Amino acid sequence: MREYFDIELDKLNNQLIEMGGLVEQAIKNTIGMIINGNSDGLEFAREHEERINTAEKIIQNHCIRLLLHQAPVAYDLRYVSSALKMITDLERIGDQAIDIAEMAQYIKDRTNVFNMTHIAEMAKQSANMVTLAIDAFVKRDIELAKTVSRRDDIIDELFVKVKEETVEIIHSDKELGTEAIDLMMIAKYLERIGDHAVNVAEWVVFSITGNSKID
Amino acid sequence: MEKFAIDNMNLYYGKFHALKNVNLHMEQNKITAFIGPSGCGKSTLLKSLNRMNDLVEGCKITGEIKLDGEDIYGNMDVNILRKRVGMVFQKANPFPMSVYDNIAFGPRTHGIKNKKELDRIVEESLRDAAIWDELKDRLKKSALGLSGGQQQRLCIARALAIKPEVLLMDEATSALDPISTGKIEELCLKLKDNYTIIMVTHNMQQALRISDNTAFFLLGEMVEYNSTDAIFSAPQDKRTEEYITGRFG
Repeated sequence: MREYFDIELDKLNNQLIEMGGLVEQAIKNTIGMIINGNSDGLEFAREHEERINTAEKIIQNHCIRLLLHQAPVAYDLRYVSSALKMITDLERIGDQAIDIAEMAQYIKDRTNVFNMTHIAEMAKQSANMVTLAIDAFVKRDIELAKTVSRRDDIIDELFVKVKEETVEIIHSDKELGTEAIDLMMIAKYLERIGDHAVNVAEWVVFSITGNSKID
Repeated sequence: MEKFAIDNMNLYYGKFHALKNVNLHMEQNKITAFIGPSGCGKSTLLKSLNRMNDLVEGCKITGEIKLDGEDIYGNMDVNILRKRVGMVFQKANPFPMSVYDNIAFGPRTHGIKNKKELDRIVEESLRDAAIWDELKDRLKKSALGLSGGQQQRLCIARALAIKPEVLLMDEATSALDPISTGKIEELCLKLKDNYTIIMVTHNMQQALRISDNTAFFLLGEMVEYNSTDAIFSAPQDKRTEEYITGRFG
C-alpha cells in the first residue's frame, strides 16, 4: 500500500551505500599516499572529492523531496533525517581525505626521516572506522556501530603519540619544523575522520532506536 | 493535572466487545488525539466520555471513567456531565435558527434569560471560537447560510457557550477545506489554555501538528499512549509503527 515510498527508500539506501563506497576509496587512496608515498594519488583524491560532493547533493535533494512528499514518521522519519545528517559527515571525510592527500605531497621526501609508525596506524584505524560505520549502516547493526565508537579512543591515543613525536622532531631539528607541522596536521585530519565515523555510527543507532546515544 | 482517568474499561455493543480493557489517563489543558483505523473503537471511547453511548441500545460499559476523580457512570447527573464535557461532531450541525440563537440556546436551557447576559455570552463564545469578526454583523441571519468552516466554528462556539471544561472533537475538521481546518487547529491551540481537548482524527498530520499526547487504537484495544512526539518519532509497539507509516490500515 506504500510501494512508491518503499522503492524511494531503497533508492536512498543504495545512494548512501554508493557514497560510503566513494568515501572508503578516498581514504584508502590517502593511506597509500602516506604509507607508500604513492605520488599519483592526489589526482585520484581530487576526482573522488568531486564525486563525493555530487553524491551529497543528490542524496540531500532526494531526502528533502521525500520529507516534502511523504511527510515520513517513525522509522521512516528517523531514517531520512539520519541520511541527511550522515551525508554531511561523509562529505567532510571526503574533504579531509583530500586535505591529507595535499599534505602528503609536502612530507613525501621526509618519510624516511620521520617515524611513520603511529601515523600509519592512525590512518589504518580511521579507515577501518569509516568502513565499520558504513557496514553498520548497510546491515542496520547497532553492535557494529558501538564498535566504531569504542575505536575512537585508539585514534585519540595515537594522536597524542604523534603530537609528542612531532614536538621531539621540532626540538631535535628546526629545519624539519614545517614538515613536522604538516605531519601533525595530517594526524589532526585523521583524528577528525575518526570523529566523523563516530557521528555516522551515532546516526545509524538513532535511525534504528530513536536515541543517538551510544553506551 | 489529570482530567479524565479511564481504568479497566470495557464496552460491549450487545455481544460485540468494542473496547477491551482500556486504561488511559488524560491531562488537563492538553490536547489528546485518538488515532487508529476505522472501527478501532476510538469514536466509541470518545462518546463514552460524555455518555453519548447511553443512547445506544445494548451498550454496556464496565470499569471506571473518572472526571476530576468522580465516576461519570456513578451518581453524576448526565446533564451536568454534558455541560462539563461538550462535543463537536464530524459534520457541522447548526440549529435551523439565527447565529445568535444557536449560541444562546445552551445558556437559555440552563436558565439564563437576561438579554445583556446572553449578549455577553454570545460575543464571548464567538470570540473564543475566533469567528466574532466574521459574524458580528450577521448575528440575526440564519446559521444555515454560513460556509462549512464557519458552521463548524459556530458549533464550537455553541459548545463553549455553556462553559465546558472538556471539549470532545470527533473528526471535527474532516469535512473542511485546508484553510478552515487550519483555523480550527489554531483555535484548538488557543483553547487548550482554558479547556482540555480530546479529539478523534484520521488526519495524522493534524494529530502531529496540534496534539500533546496521542493514543493509538486497534481492534478495540489501546495499543500505545505517549507524547505525540514520541509516538510519531519512535513508537514502541510494532503495530503503531506499521499503522502510522502506512504499512497497514
